[in-house]
Amino acid sequence: MFAHEFMRNALLAGSFVGLACGLVGYFVVLRAQVFAGDALSHVAFTGALAAAVFGLDIRTGLFAATILGGIALGVLGDRARADDVVIGSLFAWTLGLGVLFLSIFTTRSSAGNGTAGVRVLFGSIFGLSSVDVRVSVALAVAASILLLAIARPLLFASLDAAVAAAQGVPVRALGIGFLAIVGLVAAQASQAVGALLLLGLLAAPAGAAQRITGNPLRGLLLSAGFSVGSVWIGLTLSYAFPTLPPSSMIIASAVGIYVLAVAATAARDPRATWHRLTSRGHSPAAAGHVHDHS
Amino acid sequence: MSQAGTAADIEARNAKETAVAFERAAVRMGGRTIWSDLSLSVARGEFVAILGPNGAGKSTLIKAVLGLLPLADGRASVLGRPPGEANDRIGYLPQRRNFDAGTRIRGVDIVKLGLDGARWGIPIPGLPSRARDAARVAEVIELVDATVYARKPIGELSGGEQQRLLIAQALVRRPELLVLDEPLDSLDLPNQAAVAALVRRICREENVAVLLVAHDINPILSYLDRVVYIAGGTAVEGSPEQVISSETLSRLYGAPIEVLRASDGRLVVVGQPEAPFVHGGRHSHD
Repeated sequence: MFAHEFMRNALLAGSFVGLACGLVGYFVVLRAQVFAGDALSHVAFTGALAAAVFGLDIRTGLFAATILGGIALGVLGDRARADDVVIGSLFAWTLGLGVLFLSIFTTRSSAGNGTAGVRVLFGSIFGLSSVDVRVSVALAVAASILLLAIARPLLFASLDAAVAAAQGVPVRALGIGFLAIVGLVAAQASQAVGALLLLGLLAAPAGAAQRITGNPLRGLLLSAGFSVGSVWIGLTLSYAFPTLPPSSMIIASAVGIYVLAVAATAARDPRATWHRLTSRGHSPAAAGHVHDHS
Repeated sequence: MSQAGTAADIEARNAKETAVAFERAAVRMGGRTIWSDLSLSVARGEFVAILGPNGAGKSTLIKAVLGLLPLADGRASVLGRPPGEANDRIGYLPQRRNFDAGTRIRGVDIVKLGLDGARWGIPIPGLPSRARDAARVAEVIELVDATVYARKPIGELSGGEQQRLLIAQALVRRPELLVLDEPLDSLDLPNQAAVAALVRRICREENVAVLLVAHDINPILSYLDRVVYIAGGTAVEGSPEQVISSETLSRLYGAPIEVLRASDGRLVVVGQPEAPFVHGGRHSHD
């Protein structure tokens, strides 16, 4: 399968996109910002189609929209954690706008461009040119390096914002910067697996890694490994069975790894799993309620 | 109080032993005086509790100690510096909720963040500083008796176990002052006493000054050196027996308060007005 250039391109770009998704996804899951990742996928869709409507490069529109969207989420969201209502309203509206752009674009342009919406929604990893691959790899490496550079203070801020702030960690700036990186990675992933499915690549490998290890460094690397592995398995399956689309196979692999991780950890420690499944929400102290006596 | 040139020298000498010194301090927020005329002195190795009704300004005092709120009046020094300038020598445990049951990070990693969490990048395996950090983390976890469960995910631990690990996190940088905001809040009574005993032991063994905000004095009464009672817009400092007395509290609240001692030694405060009443009372006098 390495004889085909499109396959080599897909594997190369996919590996690096997977790496970035796995690293960023670890913190998306840890910070309970999966919903923010979802919102950014809507933005990816709308940004790309807006660029198409205005005659700009689709990729430029995609990246500009998701990175700005990430920053906006960070700034609007209260105290560096994007708020559910803000995301829900703003981004349903964004998706509606995307549908509008899609409709304008398809009615205005010739028949050949009708697939643009489908490509944005479901990705086009087998259609990458060698220039696309180079851009993808460079951006994925940049996102990964940026994330690793802020990883430790971000972990501190995610787990314990008040203590981190008292020790001089710029909690709010980190939250905004992190969502900008999520935006960058979401744009990347939407090219590989599409705007609709990128959430799976952000959440599933990271969720599996956090099931398996409580050591943050190991978890981060494991999450990246699972994500890259999902891309490889997915692309291989899709190559072997040409009727299977690559994006759905990549996501299926990622979800499969997650299910295996849950099953494996449950088998390893059934009592802790039972405790976890039943204790959630029972203890009033676990509800995240902060009393303020000032 | 002399303001002569030698004042700085005296201050520097006292700073070795005095961890926190507030003199007739006042804090104003949004035009409202939270408290005024508050004096407080905590020495190294001393365990002092901050008590008072809800909304009296206990957490405000903590913020003033950390330099997060400016004083409107009076003087303050923390570890021999103006508040906020020596925060790297303070171990701070904010008022907090428990970790979510789904938080799957180990306790030992939470403690380690207290040591290196503010540093950029990721920990690089094999560096000599890593072994040193790991040894310090293990030592401080041993100090709080958390070694048995420190490698479990923190979300699976009980409130008392989480609180011990968070105290370890606050201690890991060998602070000279430990500031604990309601660390007993979410614990059951036996655990409150156990954590108070632990704090007392650390305070003595490590010669750390401890400021602990508490709701209820009874679980911690036998471990305390002194208390600061904040109510009615001001505060009284002294031994628990002096402060938690009918005379002192009646004067503080400006209303008749009766302190009873139960046969098991517990103190019961009768007639303590609720916080809104206290604030209302202050406002009409302002």
